[in-house]
Amino acid sequence: MLPTQPELTAASTATASPLFPFVLQLADTSLILAHRLSEWCGHGPVLEQDLALANIALDLLGEARSYYQYAAELEGQGRAEDDLAYLRPAVEYRNPLLVEQPNGDFAHTIVRQFLFDNFHYQLLKGLKDGPDARLASIAEKSLKEAAYHLKWSSEWMIRLGDGTPESRRRLDKAIATLWRFAGELTTPTATETQLQELGLVPDYAALRPAVQAHTAHVLAEATVPEPAPPFAQLGGKSGRHSEHLGYLLAELQYLQRTYPGLTW
Amino acid sequence: MVTASALPPTEARIWQLLEEVSDPEVPVLSILDLGIVRAVAVAGEHVTVTITPTYSGCPAMSAIATDIRLRLLAEGYTQLIIKNQISPAWTTDWMSAAGRAKLEEYGIAPPIDGTATGHILNLFGQDTAVRCPLCKSAHTHLVSQFGSTACKALYQCDDCREPFDYFKCHA
Ligand SMILES: [Zn+2]
Repeated sequence: MLPTQPELTAASTATASPLFPFVLQLADTSLILAHRLSEWCGHGPVLEQDLALANIALDLLGEARSYYQYAAELEGQGRAEDDLAYLRPAVEYRNPLLVEQPNGDFAHTIVRQFLFDNFHYQLLKGLKDGPDARLASIAEKSLKEAAYHLKWSSEWMIRLGDGTPESRRRLDKAIATLWRFAGELTTPTATETQLQELGLVPDYAALRPAVQAHTAHVLAEATVPEPAPPFAQLGGKSGRHSEHLGYLLAELQYLQRTYPGLTW
Repeated sequence: MVTASALPPTEARIWQLLEEVSDPEVPVLSILDLGIVRAVAVAGEHVTVTITPTYSGCPAMSAIATDIRLRLLAEGYTQLIIKNQISPAWTTDWMSAAGRAKLEEYGIAPPIDGTATGHILNLFGQDTAVRCPLCKSAHTHLVSQFGSTACKALYQCDDCREPFDYFKCHA
């Protein structure tokens, strides 16, 4: 287990906005999931779904860039988006554990995506109406894309659950493995709580009913009984990651680590 | 190619030149057809063009910014700023009527306004009947919401059996 890292807080730099660690967390989350999805490219079960996975990866990468650019400005220490994405070690990453989990089989990827999309969609709805204009504009843009993502992953949950014995067996296995990571999404860290009190970040407790209602609807259509709420596995948003993130970053950051400052 | 411009830039001239810059992924469309140019401002020698990205991760956006720059440089306009503006978010409602006609002729079904997938609970529902750009039949079905680029969905015609791209409504 990695040593507990102090949370990034507004106090870490004199001039950084209190939003900086939160925007960075959003950026890390979208980047890491985009990278995971991009690993499917050329390996999808059928061409159309290979394209869907790549499309979703691209949307999330675009969203991550908007957040990193904003985070770099909020920090105001001269770091640019590439520095934030490519030159931070795993313990400084603030993505929840869910998105760094390996792809597994298609059902595993679908369950991970569904859990993320369902929360992401509601979070963006909240951010879109929030007081920070820049964050609201990124959310407004991303929300349109996130709606497509959620529709896609919801439909696949249903196809796999209400499909063949084999697809159902795989879906059940993925749910048993991944459901424990969903709780971290709606469990605020100290930083998030502080920002929620300032009204800058939506209250996750208020988002939860819509997230749960959609989950119940999809599981019912999929003929899958709702799993008992597992003990929530926390850590990623505070920098305590699974071993998977290090391997992922080794690949993602390889070029900038090997050839520092390289540009296209 | 770079020639000294005889005349200082005017907004009207810049708009004319932008009509000649095409979307790298759908080359029959100019960037004006696509509806991504939000504003042109001219102050003396300085030209500012504001564009709105279609999709967050659209790789065409940086190519488009470069193409705008090159087209204006070729006219001798050198004081250029290409600005990105993400709000209000781009919508297919901004696509011109001419652009829609060009798309269909090119073999891509144009977006049908008001059919964006906003209703996530409408699972397995599809956008309204999309007309086949080849045989014009409305007898078509959605194959995948995600097509060859971020802005397109994949459809198939049930009459002529041809698969085709649909420029999906994004509102
Ligand atoms: Zn046809």
